[in-house]
Amino acid sequence: MRAVENALGVKIPNNARILRNIIEGIQYVQDHVIHFYHLHALDWVDVVSALSADPKGTSDLAQSISDWPKSSADYFKGIQDKLAAFVNTGQLGPFANAYWGHSAYKLPPEANLMAVAHYLEALDWQRDVIRAHALLGSKNPHLQTYLVGGMASPIDPTSQAAINADTIAQLKGMFTRAKEFVDKVYLPDVLAVAPFYLDWAGIGGGLGNYLSYGDFPQADGSPWLPQGYILGKDLSKVHPVDHQQIAEYITHSWYESDDDSASKHPWDGETKPKYSGPKPPYEFLDTDKKYTWMKAPRLADHPMEVGPLARMLVAYASGHPRVKEVVGAVLKTLGAGPEVLFSTLGRTAARCIETVVTAEKLNEWVDELAASMKSGDLSIHDWNVWDPEKWPADVKGWGYTEAPRGSLGHWIHIKDKKIFNYQAVVPSTWNCSPRDAKGQMGAYESALLGTPIADPKMPLEVLRTIHSFDPCMACGVHLLNLEGNEINEVTLQSAHGFSGPLLRFNGRNGGS
Amino acid sequence: MIEEPHAKTLVLGVGNMLMADEGVGVAVVKRLIAQYHVPEEVLILDGGTLGLDLLYYLEGVENLLIVDAVQADIAPGELLRLEGDDVPSFLSMKISPHQIGVPDMLFAAKFKGVYPRNIVLWGVRPELLDIGLELSPVVARQVGTLVGNVVEQLKQWGHTLAPVQ
Repeated sequence: MRAVENALGVKIPNNARILRNIIEGIQYVQDHVIHFYHLHALDWVDVVSALSADPKGTSDLAQSISDWPKSSADYFKGIQDKLAAFVNTGQLGPFANAYWGHSAYKLPPEANLMAVAHYLEALDWQRDVIRAHALLGSKNPHLQTYLVGGMASPIDPTSQAAINADTIAQLKGMFTRAKEFVDKVYLPDVLAVAPFYLDWAGIGGGLGNYLSYGDFPQADGSPWLPQGYILGKDLSKVHPVDHQQIAEYITHSWYESDDDSASKHPWDGETKPKYSGPKPPYEFLDTDKKYTWMKAPRLADHPMEVGPLARMLVAYASGHPRVKEVVGAVLKTLGAGPEVLFSTLGRTAARCIETVVTAEKLNEWVDELAASMKSGDLSIHDWNVWDPEKWPADVKGWGYTEAPRGSLGHWIHIKDKKIFNYQAVVPSTWNCSPRDAKGQMGAYESALLGTPIADPKMPLEVLRTIHSFDPCMACGVHLLNLEGNEINEVTLQSAHGFSGPLLRFNGRNGGS
Repeated sequence: MIEEPHAKTLVLGVGNMLMADEGVGVAVVKRLIAQYHVPEEVLILDGGTLGLDLLYYLEGVENLLIVDAVQADIAPGELLRLEGDDVPSFLSMKISPHQIGVPDMLFAAKFKGVYPRNIVLWGVRPELLDIGLELSPVVARQVGTLVGNVVEQLKQWGHTLAPVQ
């Protein structure tokens, strides 16, 4: 959409800009909280250990870190009883597919019980806050109200069939509750868990190159979260992004090209799949050859990490006042300097910091929308752009956003009123990138170098780092597996003399 | 603008329609809606690739019927019926939140006390899991049978679905 808008030179109405910021902002907050509690927390929290917690101890802990009301010993006892009932049904089912009891779990039982309670509370919380998407997008997920030139949802303070004064009031209530959970549960939990895992502030750093396209355009056009990139962990310099310097290699990817060692800018990009790997199921991939469906995007020939850590570092290094303030407060609590951010723990902390600063922007944006409506500006869409007679015969555009997982760019070439070429470079392609023609690693691979593994059969430590990126894989596969629920098998190679990717996933879903 | 859950019985078709047979559950509920009048107390839901978001729709539901593609020790295109505790519910480690699926949802439902009294799963083993909108012939042939099975199960739960004329 932004790619087309860019190609056609469309400026969307102010209300549409604000609405898009609100929708994207609550997406950040919801996504990050759910990522932490429903995916990543299990890397740090031993659910089974919660059974041996003293609920009074959990209550004392909870009350020492937050004034969140659900913190009595009785409350945590109730959660623990439910958990025990599960285990006692005899079917170990719910708990069979994890690494419970692994020596890399360091939290005391009382903290584990607190986290289990918050896992459940996050379920109710997300149900409430994501209603904002239904209100503004008419449907969640897969919102229906975005379109080139603005938004499709009418705005009218006095109409029942539009975004009106009542919608504004509802949004403000939801966002107040959203922020309260972030401030009183998510942030305190991260700060309470982190001290037990401070060794992870020195693990999983990886590339040290961080990219943010910047997003949430403000009234003056500048992005609220800034654009730029950082090289080699050097926070003293933020480099400007020129999208013309973005190019993708397919040297190690299963695609055809006239020159396997050359990279292509997405406007000239091709996607011609040509599988040349062994016949599946296979146990070995020759990583000197082509070994993946991922392309290898590079910026000025540098591999990049994208995501909340990259955004927070670019904002921090650019002098973003509020980000500097919250990062500073978190580092002070942990008694550490900014160098700890270049790590697995840093990625997890940065996601939480971003949630804090975004959650507090939501109602500001709602107020901005309300003020705009009050001023009589009800414009939401520019219909002129839908007249093909007004389109140039040959035009290119690039649209970008910062998705919750990181930098997302779309490139379009419109010729004779039709799409001539379209390429997308998505966040997980940056992070999960294979090697390029020069042999440079992508973010995941680089981050996994040197990861300590207590038990190669249960590589919990590897999952911690991979999960810290919030990967998007096996995208939307829902196959129900009744043939055993084994975890994605991870094969590790010795770092000595290692020349290929450190990891292989045998996805249980048959996804890529 | 927001659909409030109030159904006594929920028919949930899940899967990804962009991945051929993976989307068979959704294909079944779509055909069902096209072919039958659905009584008010029954909600037929295209669950797509949602996971924990579906929990919300379980509130107050007594009977849950899930239609999904299943990986089981049967031939591609063959059907499978599970009932009650045989329908898996567990919390599992996974690589990506996009993998959070039906078992995780049912696990959370048990924990939160919204697990339905009756639960039945009709599954079919996929033949083709690849990018594509079309079901494989062997699975496509079973869509009608599955629709019939759903109608029959709903009848057992006291709901009669009249065919659209």
